[in-house]
Parts: sequence; structure tokens; C-alpha cells
Amino acid sequence: MPAMSIQQKFLWAAVVVLGAISFAIVALTRGEPVNAAWLLTASVCIFFISFRFYGLWIANKVLGVNAARATPAVVHNDGLDYVPTNKYVLYGHHFAAIAGAGPLVGPVLAAQMGYLPGTLWILAGVVFAGAVQDMTVLFLSTRRDGRSLGDIIRAEMGPVAGTIAGLGVLLICVIILAVLALVVVKALQGSPWGTFTVFCTVPIALIMGVYSRFIRPGRIAEMSIIGAVLLLAALVYGKTVADTPALAAYFNLSPTMLAMIIIGYGFVASVLPVWLLLAPRDYLSTFLKVGALVLLGIGVLIARPELQMPAFTKYVDGTGPVWAGGMFPFLFITIACGAVSGWHALISSGTTPKMIENERQIAFIGYGGMLTEAFVAIMAMIGASVIHPGVYFAMNSGAGLIGTTAVQAAQVVSSWGFTVTPDMLNQVAHDVGEISILSRTGGAPTLAVGMATIFSSFLGGRAMMGIWYHFAILFEALFILTTVDAGTRVLRFMIQDLVGNAIPAFKETKSWSNNVIGSAASCVLWGYLLYAGVIDPYGGIWTMWPLFGATNQMLAAIALILCTVVLFKMKRERFAWVTVVPATWLVICTVTAGLEKVFDPDTSIGFLSHAIKFSKAAAANQILAPATSLAQMDRVIFNDYLDAGLAAAAVAIVVLMVIYAFVDIRKARGTPKITTHEIGGPMVAAAGDD
Amino acid sequence: MTKARNAWGWAVKTARLMVGIPDYETYVAHRKANHPDEPIMTYKEFFRERQSARYACEKGRFKGCC
Repeated sequence: MPAMSIQQKFLWAAVVVLGAISFAIVALTRGEPVNAAWLLTASVCIFFISFRFYGLWIANKVLGVNAARATPAVVHNDGLDYVPTNKYVLYGHHFAAIAGAGPLVGPVLAAQMGYLPGTLWILAGVVFAGAVQDMTVLFLSTRRDGRSLGDIIRAEMGPVAGTIAGLGVLLICVIILAVLALVVVKALQGSPWGTFTVFCTVPIALIMGVYSRFIRPGRIAEMSIIGAVLLLAALVYGKTVADTPALAAYFNLSPTMLAMIIIGYGFVASVLPVWLLLAPRDYLSTFLKVGALVLLGIGVLIARPELQMPAFTKYVDGTGPVWAGGMFPFLFITIACGAVSGWHALISSGTTPKMIENERQIAFIGYGGMLTEAFVAIMAMIGASVIHPGVYFAMNSGAGLIGTTAVQAAQVVSSWGFTVTPDMLNQVAHDVGEISILSRTGGAPTLAVGMATIFSSFLGGRAMMGIWYHFAILFEALFILTTVDAGTRVLRFMIQDLVGNAIPAFKETKSWSNNVIGSAASCVLWGYLLYAGVIDPYGGIWTMWPLFGATNQMLAAIALILCTVVLFKMKRERFAWVTVVPATWLVICTVTAGLEKVFDPDTSIGFLSHAIKFSKAAAANQILAPATSLAQMDRVIFNDYLDAGLAAAAVAIVVLMVIYAFVDIRKARGTPKITTHEIGGPMVAAAGDD
Repeated sequence: MTKARNAWGWAVKTARLMVGIPDYETYVAHRKANHPDEPIMTYKEFFRERQSARYACEKGRFKGCC
């Protein structure tokens, strides 16, 4: 890193001062609404400062990136998988791959404690954990021919640790699919407009698929424009559908029905050839996602809305209605993506490391890409905080808590201290063109109301709110469902690989019957969890989101443990705190959260205590709400044990990885040699600038 | 004018790579320079190959998952 000129020093000093002032306004203002612009300014300043003074420092001093070392893209250049790629182009690719539903939903749910706790965790988490993880894994994979996380763990920590991590990935895949599908179900239930628009994406994708396969092969821009125009038409026509009772009846579906359709869809999509349905939907959702996020950023800057949500609510004590559990550890797993996400470790060891021109670009793409993701999370937090707190809690609390009518909901939510009238709730529903907005848990509808509020304040006014709301729902549902398609395929491959060890014939991925059986098995796995969430009386998200967060953070902990072990093996242990600190924090959070989810005596948190309570009642022939029959009681009990098992598995995986890490670190310290398994070495000068 | 065209070119490349299709010109140039005797895929073949590779288990973007 060259020394800074005097102008640069002044510039950075100005950024620090601006950031400090904005941050003080955000953190210290009480009693009056804070403008979102301050939150945005503070975050951006922190991102720039942390990149320049922490990210680059880690890359240069801790990892020791070497501009003269040829990257896999240079060594294995084949014009296809391994291609030296301009760093801005690659940054776009990497960001599009890591940005998902996580950073949008997590902050919305975390807003139940007020905007400040979640914001502080996003900022601290991304700077010290998330961005460090993404960059370090990217570095490790770049030094190993772009190998995957699982391969690197096997090579550096042994085959057993590799298998344990592999089980962790399988676990997170199942839970991610179930929870994300649940978010879509919650967004579309009883919403003919939204359901119609999202359903339309299937025929639109088929048209795009046929177009790009046979009519104009490979014309991505043309097919995407066709898709976007049709999508817009579906969005506008959706209002007519919702306003015509005869049509609306077809699209006004119950949560159970929606869940069945999504499971069936996931099955069909994962068996069909990719060019027909999966790929065109992927293109459409990627462009829509990036476009909508850019639009949201511009919208927040233009509208500069005030944050209605207080900095802290009384629910920092852990009694909140949106999700179960106290600030520690549950806030830190509720916001996973956006602060730190294990999922990104898979992306950072996927296609990105095969396209890096020069090791010096690792900080920009790995650390910088994650900072952008955190920026998205901050915008989601703003989106959830610009709507009235009373409306927020009415939307995010299960029907079991607030009842099913606006009058009941307004009364209950007002009794919590967030004064709201039935008229306000009805007005919001009317503005966004929905029948009701009560108990629309899962974060997506709340963010959609927030986005509609922001956009309509400068574009179209109240008349456009319905369009903006359903546009936001469409963009979230579309890219979640694309994840479901793709994830079902991935799960199928993993199952085929796993079962194939026992029955070798099952490994053959070209066999149609194997694919059908594998797809069915993977749909059953996540489909069952989804169904359990749908019939959950607390609204599903309340129970399931912490489980998702815990497994996602578990994977992040595994990735950071790997990074730590490798730092020791590289003989860079004096810098190892860079990954030791976030790894320790994540281990503490996931293990505490996992154990509380299993063993907590509070029946609203602990799965076992809840199961015992229901078992006792069932033994006495009593039926507890929300179950309405003894058969349902049995199902609730079974699901409790299942969820407890999943949480316990996550804890066991983390603990085993920690034990392996200690053994490996001891071994590494016992030898004076560098014992890491890098591939290649200083060779010809790599291409590209930094 | 050239600047605007360049920026547009980069934007198109970025958008394409976001959905897993790398630059075709770069591929052709690479094949011509390094494998002059071997056949080069047409754009149509290249597109199909890249599209199926993106969702394949062995080397696609979900490689880490497997």
C-alpha cells in the first residue's frame, strides 16, 4: 500500500468526521424521528473507512496477497470457467451471486427491537466478520485453483472434518429452502394480485426459454426485455384480476395450498431441462434484483424518509412478537446475511476465484462485495423503519397473537404501546391493493410496504402504491423462487452423492429415474419443513427464522474456523485474531442459540419444553391452541422434536469443528514449517491492475 | 462518444457475467491464440455450453454445495 499524499489524508479525515457526525445523530437522537439519510451517510462512511484501513490491511499484511503470483484464471485460462476478468465486471458477478433474500428479510425482522440494535450489528458484523470471511475464503480458494469450501476443508483439516462440514451444508440447504419458501407463502397468501403476478413468471420464463434456445439463441438482452415487458404487463393486469371477483377467486389461495404448489413447482423445475425454466427465470430475477436494489438506493436518497421506528423498542428484552428470543444471541442470528453469512463462503469458493485477474483485487471483490451486501441490509432496515411501528407489528405478528380482524389487531398492538387504529391498518391494506395486511410475517410484505412508501413519495403518490407494493413482492418472490429451483437441484445432487455411496447406480446424474427420485426426495425434505412452518400457529417465521439464522451462522463459523487454521498453517498466527475474534463470536452465538432452542425451559423458545408441554396435555386428552385435534397435537410434538434435532445437529457440527481446529492448530504450532496446501507459487506476473 | 460506448460495453459484459455467460470475444481470442488448430464453438454452442455449466453440479456456481 503506497503512503498517502497530504490531500488523501485530508480527504480521509473528512470522511471520518462526516461518518462520526452522522453516526452520532443516528445513535444519540431520542424522541424525534431521525432522517434515514443520516443512517445511510454513517454507513457509507464506515464502509469506506473499513475497506481502506481494515480490508486492505488484512489483504496486504495478514493474507499477504502477491501481485506477482499467477491466479487460477491466468494459469488455467480456458476462456470458459477460468477467464481473467476485469475487476468491476467480476465485482458485479460476485455481488449478484451473494445478494439474496437474506439481507432483505433479516433486518426487517430485527426491527422489532428498534432500528439501532440491528444496524449496529450489521455494521460491526460486516466489518469484522462478514467481509473478512468472504475475502479470506476467496483468497484461500484463489490460492487453490478455485477449489470449493468443502475441498479446502478436506485438504487442510482432513476428510472427517470435511464430511462434517458437508453435513452442515446439507442441513443449511434444507432449512434455507424451507424458510425462503415460507417467506413467499406468507407474502402471497390471500393476495390475488401478488399470486397472479408471481404465477405469470412461469409462462413468461417458458417463452423466454424457447426464444433464447430456438428463435434467437443466446440473445440474453432481447429475451430479458421481452420478459421484463411481459412481467410489467402481468403486474399491471394483476390489479384487474384482484378487482374482478370471478378471477380473484382462482388466485386467492390458502397458505397450505400455496405451499403445495411451490413444492410441486420446485419438483417440476428441477426435473425439466435448465434452459426451459430455471435459466430464464434466473436471468429475469437477477436483473430484476439488481435493478430493484439500485432503484431502492436511489429512492432512499431522493425521498430521504424519516425513521418512524424508535431506536430501541421494549422488545430488546426478548419478548417480541416477531421472532422468539432475546438480543443475545438471537439478534445476531436473525440478521445473518448482511452482517455475516456462511452462504457467501460457498460463493467465494465457487466461480469468482476462477476469474480473478490478480490477487491484489481480492480485497475489492471479497471485502467490497460484502460491504455492498451490508448496504442492502441497511436499506432493508430503513424500509422496515419508515412505516408506522403499529403497522409494522400488525404485519409481523402471528394471528395467534393479534387475532384476525383489524379491530382486534389494532387493540392488541396498541396495548403493546404502539398506538394504531383499525382505520390505519385498513388504509394501508387498501393503499397497497391487498385485502388485509395482518400477520403478513416473513419480512417481504413489510419491506414491500416500506419500498412502496419510499417510491410513491416521489413517484406516482398514493395511486401508485399498489403497483410499487406488488413490484416489490414480485421481485422478492421471483428471486426466492429461483433459489428454490436451483437449491432443489443442488440438494438432489447432494442426496445422489450421499446415497450413491451405498447404491453406486444412484450417482448417475444422467439417469432420468435417478433425477426424479432424487428431486422428489429433496422436495420432501424441505417441503415437510415448509409445511410444518405453514401450519405453525405462531406464523412459522417466529419459530423457523432463528433455526435458519443459526445454521447460516454455523456455516460462517465453519468458514472462519477454516480461515483461522490456515492462518496458523501459513505461520501467520500473530495476525490470526483477525479471524479468531469473529469465529469465536459466531461459535458462541450459534452454540448458545442452538442450545436455547433445544433446552430452554421457556416454551416459546425451547423446542423440547414445548414438546413436553404438548405431550402432557395430549396424555390428559387436552387440546392446546393452535391444535384443534389430538392428531394435530401429535404433529406439533413431532415437529418440535424434529426442530430440536436440527438445532442440536447444528450445535454438534460447530463443536466438532472447533475440536478439529484445536488439534490442527496444535499440529501447526508444533512444526516450524509452513504446512498449508497451496497450489502453484510465484510464477509469471499476473495480469491486471489493482 | 467512445467513452460512452466503452462504458456501455462494460455494463453489458457485467450483466452477462451476472447470469453466468462470460465474454464470447475473449473466448474466441483465447482459442485462436492458444489452440489455433482446434475448433472454436459458435456463439450458439458457447451459450448452450455455459448455460448448462452454470447449473451443473460439478463446476457451476453451486459447486461449493456438493
